[in-house]
Amino acid sequence: MPQNENNIIEMHGITKRFPGVLANENINFSVSCGEIHALLGENGAGKSTLMNILSGLYKPDEGDIFVKGKRIQIGSPRHAIEAGIGMVHQHFRLVENFSVAENITLGMSTPRFRLDMTAIEDEVATLSKKYGLQLDPRAEIWQLSVGEQQRVEIVKMLYRGADVLILDEPTAVLTPQEARELFATLDRMKATGRSIIFITHKLDEVMHVADRVTVLRGGRVAATVNKKDVTSRQLASLMVGKEHSATLPEKDSLHSEPVLTLSGVTAYGDRGTIALDGVSLQVRAGEILGIAGVAGNGQRELTEVITGLRRTHSGTISLHGQNITNKTPLEIIDSGVSYVPEDRYGTGMAPNLSIVDNIILKSYRSPVMSKGPFIDYDAAKRHAKELVERFQVKTAGIHSAARLLSGGNAQKLLLGREISSDPKLLVAAYPTRGLDIGAAEAIRSILVNQRNQGVAILLISEDLDELIRLSDRIAIMFAGKIMGTLNRDEWNIEHIGLLMAGVLDVQDEEALT
Amino acid sequence: MTQTTVGFITAVLAAAVQAGTPLLYAALGEILTERVGIINLSVEGIMLVGAVSGFLATVATKNLAVGILGAAIAGGIIAAIHAFLSVSLKVNQVVSGLSLSLFATGVSGYLGKPIIGVPAPVSFKPYPIPGLSKIPVLGQMFFKHNLLVYGSYFLVAFLWYFLYKTRPGLHMRSVGESPRTADSLGINVNAVQYAYTIIGGALSGIAGAYLSLAYAPSWIEQMTAGRGWIAIALVIFAVWNPLRAMVGAYLFGGIEALGFRIQVVGATISPIVLKMMPYIFTIAVLIITTARSATYKTEAPQALGVPYERE
Amino acid sequence: MTHETTVTDGRAQTTQGRKFKIRVERRLDTPAWWNILVPVVSIALALLFGAIFLKMTGYSPIKVYAIMFKDTFGTKYGITETLVKASPLLLSAVGVSIAFRMQLWNIGAEGQIYVGALAASWVALTFTGLPAYIMIPAMVLAAALAGGLWAFLGSAPRAIWGVNEIITTLMLNYIAIFCVEYFVYGPWRDPLSFLFPLSPMFPKSAWLPCFGNTRIHLGLVFGVVSALAVGLLLSRTKWGYEIRVIGENPDAARYSGMSISRNIILVMILSGAISGIAGMCEVSGIIHRLQAQVSAGYGYTAIIIAWLAKLHPIGIIIVSLLFGGLLVAGYSVQIYGIPADIATMLQGSLLFFVLGVEALARYRIRIIRSSPKPVQAQQAADDVAREIT
Repeated sequence: MPQNENNIIEMHGITKRFPGVLANENINFSVSCGEIHALLGENGAGKSTLMNILSGLYKPDEGDIFVKGKRIQIGSPRHAIEAGIGMVHQHFRLVENFSVAENITLGMSTPRFRLDMTAIEDEVATLSKKYGLQLDPRAEIWQLSVGEQQRVEIVKMLYRGADVLILDEPTAVLTPQEARELFATLDRMKATGRSIIFITHKLDEVMHVADRVTVLRGGRVAATVNKKDVTSRQLASLMVGKEHSATLPEKDSLHSEPVLTLSGVTAYGDRGTIALDGVSLQVRAGEILGIAGVAGNGQRELTEVITGLRRTHSGTISLHGQNITNKTPLEIIDSGVSYVPEDRYGTGMAPNLSIVDNIILKSYRSPVMSKGPFIDYDAAKRHAKELVERFQVKTAGIHSAARLLSGGNAQKLLLGREISSDPKLLVAAYPTRGLDIGAAEAIRSILVNQRNQGVAILLISEDLDELIRLSDRIAIMFAGKIMGTLNRDEWNIEHIGLLMAGVLDVQDEEALT
Repeated sequence: MTQTTVGFITAVLAAAVQAGTPLLYAALGEILTERVGIINLSVEGIMLVGAVSGFLATVATKNLAVGILGAAIAGGIIAAIHAFLSVSLKVNQVVSGLSLSLFATGVSGYLGKPIIGVPAPVSFKPYPIPGLSKIPVLGQMFFKHNLLVYGSYFLVAFLWYFLYKTRPGLHMRSVGESPRTADSLGINVNAVQYAYTIIGGALSGIAGAYLSLAYAPSWIEQMTAGRGWIAIALVIFAVWNPLRAMVGAYLFGGIEALGFRIQVVGATISPIVLKMMPYIFTIAVLIITTARSATYKTEAPQALGVPYERE
Repeated sequence: MTHETTVTDGRAQTTQGRKFKIRVERRLDTPAWWNILVPVVSIALALLFGAIFLKMTGYSPIKVYAIMFKDTFGTKYGITETLVKASPLLLSAVGVSIAFRMQLWNIGAEGQIYVGALAASWVALTFTGLPAYIMIPAMVLAAALAGGLWAFLGSAPRAIWGVNEIITTLMLNYIAIFCVEYFVYGPWRDPLSFLFPLSPMFPKSAWLPCFGNTRIHLGLVFGVVSALAVGLLLSRTKWGYEIRVIGENPDAARYSGMSISRNIILVMILSGAISGIAGMCEVSGIIHRLQAQVSAGYGYTAIIIAWLAKLHPIGIIIVSLLFGGLLVAGYSVQIYGIPADIATMLQGSLLFFVLGVEALARYRIRIIRSSPKPVQAQQAADDVAREIT
């Protein structure tokens, strides 16, 4: 039975298993009317699973759900929406080639047949104005920024009359300033009596916006508390068992020779729009240059032009003074560039091939790994065993398929492969994304180790804390431009945040202060 | 222009519509299928099964409506197998389509053995539309055909309206674009994919029956002669739009019709070379369509051929 | 990626305080014995399906199958004919398999067989005086070049502009068949053949040697050798490695510096060349002249064979023999008034049963015992919570 009249949602004893994983175990969770409830936890704590159950994507193995005091079965996302529960996923559920209004009316049951798009567009415009969410109902999704796409998702749920809005890591894709706008919108929705569940792993956001907090750890509820009763330190210790390791050792690198130099590099994105707009930067030997910025502002294209996977339209890229602009990927690999791509299974590996086959992906042409037209599989196996041992990769054997590796082990192997060629430059895109804490730390220490050995590292990350801990300098990208490059002694979060939002460039900022 | 030249051109245009109609039905069927994200490469086989079962049903009942219905059902059944393999079992759609095409070709040969050379007891006859058929050139071209041709006009108009102006149309397109989005909004992805794959197969079946009951009323083994594959190429040419499919179908039909008629005029090209024309033309059109435009890549349903699995 | 898909609620069978549940879930890895079980079950299902079809159309399935079996594997003639039919199937299946490895859908083997036959015939009919030891290699070379060229035509648009190769290779089949027709109805028609579309007989030096007094010709050896060579190429060489990586993940291939468009063209040329040799073997080993019909859809059957064998060279040899037998069986039942198309039907249905059974094999049924709650960890969390509130 529901325990409290005022609770719009109550989840009792929710358990959910996946093969080999107990994602949620006996979870009790409730949300009252007109509150912002943060669901806090590390990656893999079971936050998304729990909310996917509430939004009808998964069926719980055990447990009951009460909405507005009535026990209901949420068999599908449609049931959830009918019950007034709407979820904005981390990866948006939008049809790229449809307009904003089409996306918003998608899945509704009225009007049944003929669609009067003009009428729907008007409704959308009215609704988005009411909550201060600026949107052009006729624009197609692919034309919108990530922040705007998030607004579409929120309006979509409001349009369906959602009383409870679930937001999954909503600020991961936003600049700090955009995030603040989002929080204002959430407050406005709270004022109209709606409830918001806010999934996050960022403590400051919780302290900023939430009324109550439920902390999940390892699939179980660690605590549910009122925000005003706790400090962020207490929340942190609930969330993780132990403290993060400290910042990495300093080493002077500022006066070493430049390895990678980009000057005025312009390139087009997949849709034919400008993705890199006159990018100039330098990475020196023995330094980590961090690239901060909201994903989708040209980071992927930047890695691709450097590694030869995307054509440069204008500008030059040089490595140790040698021009490598628009060279083939092979020529660039041969000149000493290694690359840890964003999508480790999709680009960095052939998941169905064996670990051995994946280990030689970059080196199969070298005389060490081959004899004439044949591959020397004995050498390949030796090399694979060596890497597996050196980086403590957990495998079922070097002949098992690479897809069977866990995320962290796959990444260790990939990074190990990339550094085993003794590169001059290492381009690493989001190398710790989605990894558990232990694996992420292992990856970070490998990167720092490489830096200390004199490798130039271009590190792209959306985790500002990580960038601040690891980088010697940070360059900030926005809309395909480098907004500024800051040294260790120059930066602070607020400053980086402003640049990420494209608000100011460094000069204006200095002029202001 | 002399009277005979005008007559010749008009005749070719009218023949283009006749020859283009089976391509049109099949292409419309494939457009529906691909719009929900399923590639069905068994169109050629389905047309053959449609041709033979339409013919058999007509022989048995002397009723053309039953014949068309039989062809549609037979086509729907083959497509349902494809839907089962692609949607429920999530197998490679290319391989599934190819194997079904071969299977269906075998079935058509097997079922059609007894009726080779048997004339159709009844067949679709031209039915000039009073008034409209009197319009010069256009009347000849569009309004002196059989009911199946007229049916295809309505079908094109309806499907265009359906796809772009109605809610079920929006929903089915969203399944082909982003099944995960559709699913999250309560659209039953599997059901939609099954439904339109089967309807698409039924239309391809009708395309086959057009051949055996209207175009050349009889059953000949392999009588589709690659039209199913041309229809698939046509879908790409038409960027998944029914109206453009109509234009394309008549263009391809025109090439075929021209081949026959050039000989009559007494041109000295080998008839065999003329027979190659539609196939060469298909390759050429496909290259031009794909090479010329980035729209081809963005207009193609984004989830085409990718099995949908809930994460 | 690998979560369960359906949950059958066989819930709550409480025995001694423990709950049991039956669930259907995705396998991470299929055990090795599936590789035997899947084909066996699929063949059984295809035969069952064919039996139902035969029964429905008024034949006795047992009788038909008995005839089919006896006339292929039961007589010496049947066995040798099976090997004769298996030869072109084997060659072109090896040809398409290497393209499929790279996810290149070469549906053009049929056309490549025709142009191979055409080019070989041109050599045989033009240079009639050559001795066999030059004639045969020259014919093989010509056929391989022609088949390779045909495949190149089908794949170059894909490599350059990304044009769907399924359609181009398929259209080229029709064009190839018309090319052969053009020559046998026109310039090459044998004046002595009356009105039949046949070229003159090849000189004896252009005949592929046969084994003993059977019709089994050297083409069978070509087939086996090409299967083994392709196997070696794929598993041991750098080029084979590139082919496998591109087939598994083109993005990873690009990332590691492989040229995809170059490989598309090279692999297709090799694929077409092998099918071209199949066409040469048909005209040089069996009919000894060019005729309008060179292949009875071998190029299409080869696709099924390659896929059934999971693109594995040894598997391809075995399945080719099976399918050669099916073709012979198809002809043998014709005498009893049963359409030979039953063989095509069985072949087609075999592949979709394999696809289906394989897909089902990816799931397994597990009985799960839900364990009693481990208390300690929860206890720790509760302690912290209590401390705060």
